[in-house]
Amino acid sequence: MKEIWNIFKKGIFAENPIFVLALSLCPALAVTTTAANALTMGLSVLFVLSMNNVIVSLTRKFVNPKVRVPIYITSIATIVTVVQLLLQAFFPLLYKSLGIYLSLIVVFAIILARAEVFASKNAVIPSFFDGLGMGSGFALAMLSIGIIRELLGNGSIFGIQLFGDWYNPALIMILPPGAFILIGYMVAGYKIIMERIESKQAKRGEA
Amino acid sequence: MKEYILLFISAVLVNNFVLTRFLGLCIFFGVSKNLNASVGMGMAVTSVITLSSMLAWAVYNFILLPYHLTFLTTLIFVLLIASFVQLLEMLIKKHAPTLYGMWGIYLVLIATNCVVLGVPLINAESGFNFTKSVVNAIGSGVGFSLAIILMASLREKLRLADVPKSLDGLGIAFILAGMLSLAFLGFSGMIAI
Repeated sequence: MKEIWNIFKKGIFAENPIFVLALSLCPALAVTTTAANALTMGLSVLFVLSMNNVIVSLTRKFVNPKVRVPIYITSIATIVTVVQLLLQAFFPLLYKSLGIYLSLIVVFAIILARAEVFASKNAVIPSFFDGLGMGSGFALAMLSIGIIRELLGNGSIFGIQLFGDWYNPALIMILPPGAFILIGYMVAGYKIIMERIESKQAKRGEA
Repeated sequence: MKEYILLFISAVLVNNFVLTRFLGLCIFFGVSKNLNASVGMGMAVTSVITLSSMLAWAVYNFILLPYHLTFLTTLIFVLLIASFVQLLEMLIKKHAPTLYGMWGIYLVLIATNCVVLGVPLINAESGFNFTKSVVNAIGSGVGFSLAIILMASLREKLRLADVPKSLDGLGIAFILAGMLSLAFLGFSGMIAI
């Protein structure tokens, strides 16, 4: 039980896909203009990542290692198509605003990387939780970027206006440059926090 | 003719592939540490995008549209492009070993990447005809090369600067890209497409 919790936790903090591994950056910048878009994208990736890990792990004994990558890609593309059709049917507006970035989930490095590094070598349940952890790390990072950008750039969160007329939103935050600059500072901030935690743990270890 | 020139300029400057559309960021940040590698990568990406857009256009218009299979676009495009790039790699390796020595590693890197998948998807979504697809592909490739070469030149200068420890590496690279993107934002009012 504790092992599974550790696998899950690793994806959220120590190996966060966006802030630490710097994988799958395209969506982190492109669709985080509002918190709702960011959350939808995060949840879609969470779903694809955990489903794909389960499928890869289930089939790991029959797949010839020579053709494994095309098979992983086919499996990922199938799940992405399912997500696309579901979103198109139930949330057409969100589907439209995510645009081609939804299709581009197929080529996210993080999904292929987890299949290759983790799911192809581990049993189904740990693989599922690995996908869940990594996906949650991704979704949380997306959500936090989305909330900050929407708040600074539009003065709202999930479309709800939080401030009165006196608030003058900084439009730059929902334009492309704002995304780059914000993520630059967030990566730096994450690094500082992680270093603090590590040095505290090291001290505790000594004592 | 005017339409095509506008489309080209729009793809290079206004809707810059990297700085406005955020495609190919992994490669953009990974390769722009070195100027020579960036030039090679830019050329590899431009030619692969152009060829795969042609191929994807044909498959989309002659197979997927007539048989109402557009819901499979993502799946078909990704397999098509990945296998095409692999084939291209083998051909270049056999017939032009010098070229392979210069470019080979970049081809492997871009086989499954949003750099190459993005443009055919944009073409299909916008309903471009063949010439427009090719112009858009070349423009996107040139835009990518421009951005990555600018970024590599800036990062070479950055090596001499005294960057705070926590910002060092990825952090400062992002902020630099933000500044570059800010400069490209100036083009946004130039063409209305």
